Amino acid sequence: MHTPPQHKTPVDSPPRLEPAPAVAAPAAPARGRPPLPVAARRLPRWAPWAAVAAAALVAAVLTGLRLAPFAALTAILGGVGLYAWSRVVEGARHATDRGVTYAISAAFALALAPLVSLLWTVVERGLHRFDGQFFTWSMRGVIGEGGGAIHAIYGTLIITGCATLISVPVGILAAIYLQEYGTGRLKRALTFFVDVMTGIPSIVAGLFAFALFSLFFGPGIRLGIMGSVALSVLMIPIVVRSTEEMLRIVPNSLREAAYALGVPKWRTILKVVLPTALAGIVTGVMLAIARVIGETAPLLITAGVVTSVNTNPFDGRMANLAVFAFNSYKSPGVPPEPAIDRAWTAALVLILIVMTLNVVARLIYRRFGTEIR
Amino acid sequence: MTALGDRLFSGLATAAGVLILATLAGVAGFLVLEAWPAITADAPGLAKYIWPLAFGTVVAAAIAVVIAVPMAIAVALFISHIAPPRVAQPLSYLIDLLAAIPSVIYGLWGIAVLGPASVGLQRWLEEHLGFLPFFAGPASATGRTMLVAGVVLAVMILPIITAVARSVFVQTPRRLQEGAQALGATRWEMIRMTVLPFGRSAIISASMLGLGRALGETMAVAIVLSVSGAVTLNLIGSGNPSTIAAHIALDFPESSGPAVNALIAAGLVLFAVTLAVNMAARAVINRQLRI
Repeated sequence: MHTPPQHKTPVDSPPRLEPAPAVAAPAAPARGRPPLPVAARRLPRWAPWAAVAAAALVAAVLTGLRLAPFAALTAILGGVGLYAWSRVVEGARHATDRGVTYAISAAFALALAPLVSLLWTVVERGLHRFDGQFFTWSMRGVIGEGGGAIHAIYGTLIITGCATLISVPVGILAAIYLQEYGTGRLKRALTFFVDVMTGIPSIVAGLFAFALFSLFFGPGIRLGIMGSVALSVLMIPIVVRSTEEMLRIVPNSLREAAYALGVPKWRTILKVVLPTALAGIVTGVMLAIARVIGETAPLLITAGVVTSVNTNPFDGRMANLAVFAFNSYKSPGVPPEPAIDRAWTAALVLILIVMTLNVVARLIYRRFGTEIR
Repeated sequence: MTALGDRLFSGLATAAGVLILATLAGVAGFLVLEAWPAITADAPGLAKYIWPLAFGTVVAAAIAVVIAVPMAIAVALFISHIAPPRVAQPLSYLIDLLAAIPSVIYGLWGIAVLGPASVGLQRWLEEHLGFLPFFAGPASATGRTMLVAGVVLAVMILPIITAVARSVFVQTPRRLQEGAQALGATRWEMIRMTVLPFGRSAIISASMLGLGRALGETMAVAIVLSVSGAVTLNLIGSGNPSTIAAHIALDFPESSGPAVNALIAAGLVLFAVTLAVNMAARAVINRQLRI
């Protein structure tokens, strides 16, 4: 939401605020009718940029362009300078406003710094091994140089695919229950606990899958499908929430029109409500997949570690990209460099998958989701 | 046909809902079942085993929350009230992107970039603030410290806090904001007098959601932190307590027998704590609106 732009000529000494600015007050009003405050003195529009630029110059001289101290000093000097300048020209209240606005903007820039640094690092280090061999070889019998992650890529796709097959029907049906059928205590409880479930730590989901399967198959069990079950626990609440949101914005007039034609409720949901919300639901599912496809901890303890291709989720250990990256980095072997390079490339592939899912999901919503906005 | 179809379909939908609740109950049930041997065998020993882990978990999460909450409020305000509306949406996508990056990659970034880059800063903290127990030192030479782990966690929980806070900030009644400005309030005065009071319960709830995430976050801590099992408040040393989640992830693959039960007991503690934190957070926010 946009807040209206500030008044260019604010009334001085507004009631019930701080006392009138000491410095910036225009000439003392004559007795009788106060003059219109036509010329409250303000800084030019480019003032914040000028302050930052001047601060950067000073900081560059003082720190000799070493990145971290330079950025920190620029930010601090710029803020202090802008505040002082504004305090002299505009008065204390506007100076505070400018100072806080500056600090908030700086905090935003600081929040994005890790994102930039992380993406840069992953791309820079991941490109070494971003080659054909990485996508065609497994790690079977590979020591040192070479090798690839095809086994981990298969594993990631299969485990996440099975998790999607479990989560999507359950999640969509539960959302239909909440939006179309639910009443009373069960609905309230489900709404609340679906929200709570989005906060379950992923490692706990992994332990749950392990506890469930080890009860039937013994404690040493490791299967791809166990990983899928663990991921489903994380994925279902996300699917429920996004689907419910999409069903809620389907106009009631559509449902009522269908009922008026004598269409039973279940066919109305299947033929009218779901198709109308389809683009939004698909978007939500893709974002949910993007959320779980990089999960490491639950797969580490359910799907295990293996160096060769396994495409059967019901038989034995199954590698995946996230665990592959973790293991390559944690226990690289001798010499360590090739394994560490592979870890970064696996990280790069993961990021590419996640980004693609995010972008495509939003494109789908923008292209096909317009009618329900 | 109609009645049958309706009954079938509504039955299916209800069953899916019940299945979700049953899953949550199942998580609790199966964890208790698998942890039971460890609890009954040696309860005091188990408590002694979990205590340093719980301590480390709380310390790491506390650092993360202390850093992330003010930052997230600032970021949310920036997107909702300061950035030009045309760029606000793309900017919020960027913040969402932070949430999309897998935790293992945060871990790699923390150990390969942030840790080494912050060694100098941590030495400086030891030198100048060494009288505080947090910075007693000696400073780690690798940067694999509790402080760095907490900062990485802070980056990871920033998006969730931002998202919740922002969604409430933008719902501040327009008439309050415009009223404040009509009285001559500057933008910051308007934010302080209308937006922040309106969003207070959202900020509390969002912080608790962030706390829940930080408590349960696994891989970043498992990769970054150099662990000795010591219970210490020193945040910049090389010997740190592990966290429950990281300890499970690191030890589980090599454990068998009773050790597995003990690990699951630790997981049960984590589950109970995060469940309580999340339920409290949702209860707070549900009083105002559903996020």
